[in-house]
Amino acid sequence: MKIAVILKLVPDLVEELSINPDGSSLDTTWMRMIINEFDDHALEQAILLKEKYSGSVTVISPEFDGVDDVLFTASAKGADQIIKMTGDFSNSNNHALAKAITPFIKEIQPDLILTGVQANNDLDGSLGPCLAACLEMPFAGYISGINVEDKSILVRKEYPGGVISELSIFLPCVIGIQAAETPPRYVAVSKVRQVMKTSKIDEKPISEMDQNGGVKVIRMFQPEASSHAEMINGTPEEVAERLITVFNQIGIIK
Amino acid sequence: MPERVDFWGIPESWGAPALFVYSIMFLSAAILILRFYLRARIWVKIGRNDFKFNKLFSRSVNAIKYGIIQIKVLSQRYPGVMHITIAWSFLVFFIGTGLATIDSHFYKILVGTPYLIHKLVMDIFIIVFFFGAGLAVYRRYFQKPERLTLSTGFSLSLILLILIVFGGLVTESLRLAVEKPAWAWWSPVGWILAQLWIALGASNSALINWHLAIWSFHLLIVAITISTLPVGTLLHILTGPIHIFFTDPDKKPGALSPIPENSSNEPIYTSSLNNLSSIQLLSADACTECGRCQDVCPAYAAGSQLNPKKLILNIRDAIFSANKVDGKSLSDHRALIGDWIPEQMLWACTSCMACIQECPVLVNHVGAIVDMRRYLVIEGKMETELQNTLENFGRYGNSFGQSDRMRARWSQNASQKIKDARRDPVEYLWFVGDYASYNPTLTEITLKTAEVFASLGLDFGILFDSERNSGNDVRRIGEEGLFEMLKEKNILSLSKTTCKKIITTDPHTYNTFKNEYSLGNKFQVMHYTELLDQLISIGKLKFSKKLNLKVTYHDPCYLGRYNHVYSAPRRIIQATGCELVEMPRHAERAFCCGAGGGQIWMSTIIMNERPSEIRIREASSLDGVSEFIVACPKDITMFRDAVKTTGFEDKIQVKDLIELVQEAI
Amino acid sequence: MSQDIYVLVEHFQGRLSEISSTLLAAGRQLAEIHNSSLIAILLGSNSQNLFKEIPADKVIYADNPLLNEFNQDAYQQVLSEIIKLKLPFLLLFGNTTIGSDLAGFLSVKLNMDLASSCSHFTIEGNIVSQICGGKIMVESNSTATTTLITMVPGRYKLQTLKTDCSPEVEIFTPTNINELRIKTIKILEPESSDVDISKEPILISIGRGIQTKENIELADNLAKALGGVVCASRPVIDQGWLPTSRLVGKSGKHVKPKLYFAIGISGAPEHVEAITNSETIIAINTDPKAPIFDIANYGTEIDLFDLIDILVEKVEGIKTK
Repeated sequence: MKIAVILKLVPDLVEELSINPDGSSLDTTWMRMIINEFDDHALEQAILLKEKYSGSVTVISPEFDGVDDVLFTASAKGADQIIKMTGDFSNSNNHALAKAITPFIKEIQPDLILTGVQANNDLDGSLGPCLAACLEMPFAGYISGINVEDKSILVRKEYPGGVISELSIFLPCVIGIQAAETPPRYVAVSKVRQVMKTSKIDEKPISEMDQNGGVKVIRMFQPEASSHAEMINGTPEEVAERLITVFNQIGIIK
Repeated sequence: MPERVDFWGIPESWGAPALFVYSIMFLSAAILILRFYLRARIWVKIGRNDFKFNKLFSRSVNAIKYGIIQIKVLSQRYPGVMHITIAWSFLVFFIGTGLATIDSHFYKILVGTPYLIHKLVMDIFIIVFFFGAGLAVYRRYFQKPERLTLSTGFSLSLILLILIVFGGLVTESLRLAVEKPAWAWWSPVGWILAQLWIALGASNSALINWHLAIWSFHLLIVAITISTLPVGTLLHILTGPIHIFFTDPDKKPGALSPIPENSSNEPIYTSSLNNLSSIQLLSADACTECGRCQDVCPAYAAGSQLNPKKLILNIRDAIFSANKVDGKSLSDHRALIGDWIPEQMLWACTSCMACIQECPVLVNHVGAIVDMRRYLVIEGKMETELQNTLENFGRYGNSFGQSDRMRARWSQNASQKIKDARRDPVEYLWFVGDYASYNPTLTEITLKTAEVFASLGLDFGILFDSERNSGNDVRRIGEEGLFEMLKEKNILSLSKTTCKKIITTDPHTYNTFKNEYSLGNKFQVMHYTELLDQLISIGKLKFSKKLNLKVTYHDPCYLGRYNHVYSAPRRIIQATGCELVEMPRHAERAFCCGAGGGQIWMSTIIMNERPSEIRIREASSLDGVSEFIVACPKDITMFRDAVKTTGFEDKIQVKDLIELVQEAI
Repeated sequence: MSQDIYVLVEHFQGRLSEISSTLLAAGRQLAEIHNSSLIAILLGSNSQNLFKEIPADKVIYADNPLLNEFNQDAYQQVLSEIIKLKLPFLLLFGNTTIGSDLAGFLSVKLNMDLASSCSHFTIEGNIVSQICGGKIMVESNSTATTTLITMVPGRYKLQTLKTDCSPEVEIFTPTNINELRIKTIKILEPESSDVDISKEPILISIGRGIQTKENIELADNLAKALGGVVCASRPVIDQGWLPTSRLVGKSGKHVKPKLYFAIGISGAPEHVEAITNSETIIAINTDPKAPIFDIANYGTEIDLFDLIDILVEKVEGIKTK
């Protein structure tokens, strides 16, 4: 079975985020980009499916600073083909991305397309549903388990309250992964370095970016909290004492 | 004229005794050699051959030092004396018999005074032997220390040795009882025993018959001992010195080897027996089962799955079992990692090197463990927390998963501005380390350190956010590639500075910078205790107060055992006016806090009591000691926690040495 | 052009989902700003009983067995027809397992603008979305004829649950639903053997900051001392350290305890949306900028490893007096 995985880089929230002076975009000077956690799960799920049912995994990523490392790591995990879409993605949105990816998917003709259910910088919906519409394929998001049947897959879709809906979906389809069945595996640095020598990234230039579908950003700002917690400082002793008082006040202990 | 008589009392009726005896001896020797060859062949057939024959002189010196004189065995008094007496007695007997053989066939040397001295020495060593044998019997069968296994193999070996010596003694005494030579007292023990035979009033012919019987028995026992040596517990007589010989004399104990490569320059990971090196397989055969490693292992004491002795013996059993199945290759169906050696056993190691320190035949337990960990890492088989830590090291250069930009945030609270070694020329580069930089409870100590440095007028600077974890522990976890990456980044940052001296407050950093970064002559690496000690000795560091505290000092593994820095910290403690009381396990016997080898980032290792808690109990048993002094940030973390969990907060306080210094300045 | 505000109400097993409250409340506010009507779209099968819970001016209701439970293929086909027919000014979806599957898809299929993760609207009617784990807010607007929006819960909520609404009802019959490529096989309820945290008054919740499975003992001790129950955010559940029945968050349970004691939780939106109904929230996190402090009543930066043991001691000390 042929699986395609779309990987995106997103801002690393460990770093402090700041906004450009123009007020409508993120300051990328100190921004670290890392693989979207959910895309990482999607890749892991793809590799697990490949291991279980045999087949091939093709990974596609838009060009961004640091994406080579991500692609080689994917290759070291077991991806058979790694593709980098080259072009200027600095101001792209998911609609544009989906439209850019579509011709490559049509070339590859995968049975299953996996991507993360969301990314932390999504502003115009997430990538999966947009891509599904471009390809006229069914879509299911918040998936945390996949089993392959003959011409369809059986998936577990998460609902609030821990409820799971088991769905059967005809292939080909697009799936938004919430969590892989096991957490993303570790790849040793030496393995990635080795893969850098043996694997090659296929570079595929995109035609123009079509941003239609997103809304116009007026401004970006850091949230001013309408309220803030009353902060308790001091030694652990003192803080614990204060908390006991609070517990008393709200009637948790007498 | 006193001289040795060949085959006294042995009748010619069996054919020339010489022929008889030498046939048996050659046969036994042949069996020994064959059996040994079959065993030794396995090391090369199964393992990767890495036997080298260079540096013959140093190798031989080591073999003699550790294998014959056995200085490491002597590091513990009772078992040391016990073993030396037995081993050296047999060495003497062996030489004595050799001289007798020369005397028989080549040159009559055992005539006159040389003969008498020969007799005397042999007899004295009979006493020495029995003394040792007595110690051995008491130790193994009555004292029964935990680390010694009571096996039939051992008992048989001991019995054989005792029988040999006893047989020789009785034979001698029977002859003396018949001959009653004038120089009988030169064989004091034999002569005293001879009195017994004389007192019994046995006839000469009876004595001669008994002599023949005992002599034959003695010969038989010797033959059995020699021919079974390679398949019994006495194999270590050969494998021990041979292993010592092949151990690289220039390699520092505890140093890690690079990942081996095959002929196509691809790395070899230790997934099965045949990835282990020949020397490693040999070391499993050299293991004397003395259990000293087990006794000092903190992971074992904590009740985890790791027992260094068992680890090595499991490898030996695996080799044995593999050999039985099909002489050349690997396992029966059991996997080296998983079946013979459970993964938990490998992950429980703290890399403290106490096992290596104690092993009398230089087995490198940590080396084997790291080799097998390297395989687990490449397969991604590790617990989640460890995986996350490695990913953090790779992405952020620290184990905390915090931005590299936050590394020097602590310096914003320093009383004096800290210089940036990347921009300003400074004399000392202070490589601060992860824990001292990021851990909120430790930054207090980091600030004190900065203060002390400043008050000493040291011209120092730090690398701010160009610093990365040194990689020492990453290497012990088995992620060699990540280590290389961190090393590259650090060396690049170091090369951008102009200083030649690196001080570090972290022994782990110290160890890897000094021994694994190949900094050569470009940089001098010092632990801060070495620097302060130097400054004290040249009078630049003077203390204004005498602290008058009763303290104990815990030697960090990577400062003490790995790099032999024991006295500098102690001199500093004494200079601050503190009274130093040593814990029973100190200096090279210091008991690890349990954080090393990646342990501090693992939580699935099951144990009964943490090594740090065991250590705190040890310290609190010292009368009147109120401070537990350490010189490593991981020690502070582990021991402060342990003091809380063991409930000794009112009794003992954990402090870094720098805090004493700061108080006393 | 009508500026009617449309809302896709979500329902599950015969009840309106919580997100519908947010959508209807937001929709009502938008309708007031634009001086227009609030129209709810309800897709289902025999779901007429829900009409009285929907405080909209009108309900467009499509009844079909294929719409009984959420089915992305069926819903997108029916909604496409409705949207093409009605051309709503704004159409609000929940940023949920239902809404997110539909909004982006329809946005591309029907070539309409989409803004997601919207938390509230400005007085002028601009859209304010939260991204980057809630650390960045984005204000945007659209001049298109139809704009699709997905909303996260939090700011808007119906004041009281209505059960006596009487909206105008328009029955919509889809002209054609192609053979569905998605089929629901079964619905799996979570294990009910474990405690139901949504009913517990005292919750001790742990997040990534707890670091190891071992350390959960600290939370257990505090829970025991206070008579509460331990629950967790997604990272802890994903590790398998606690069963999924203890998950608090978007895909887990929404809780409304008297005390929500959050240990080592950063306060990502997916988690926060599930705890806003708590009476008192106390948060422990060494990061002073953690978003959890914006919704907590009390907070402290003290390291949990230094604090919890002492706190447990004190609580137990009081109990024994």
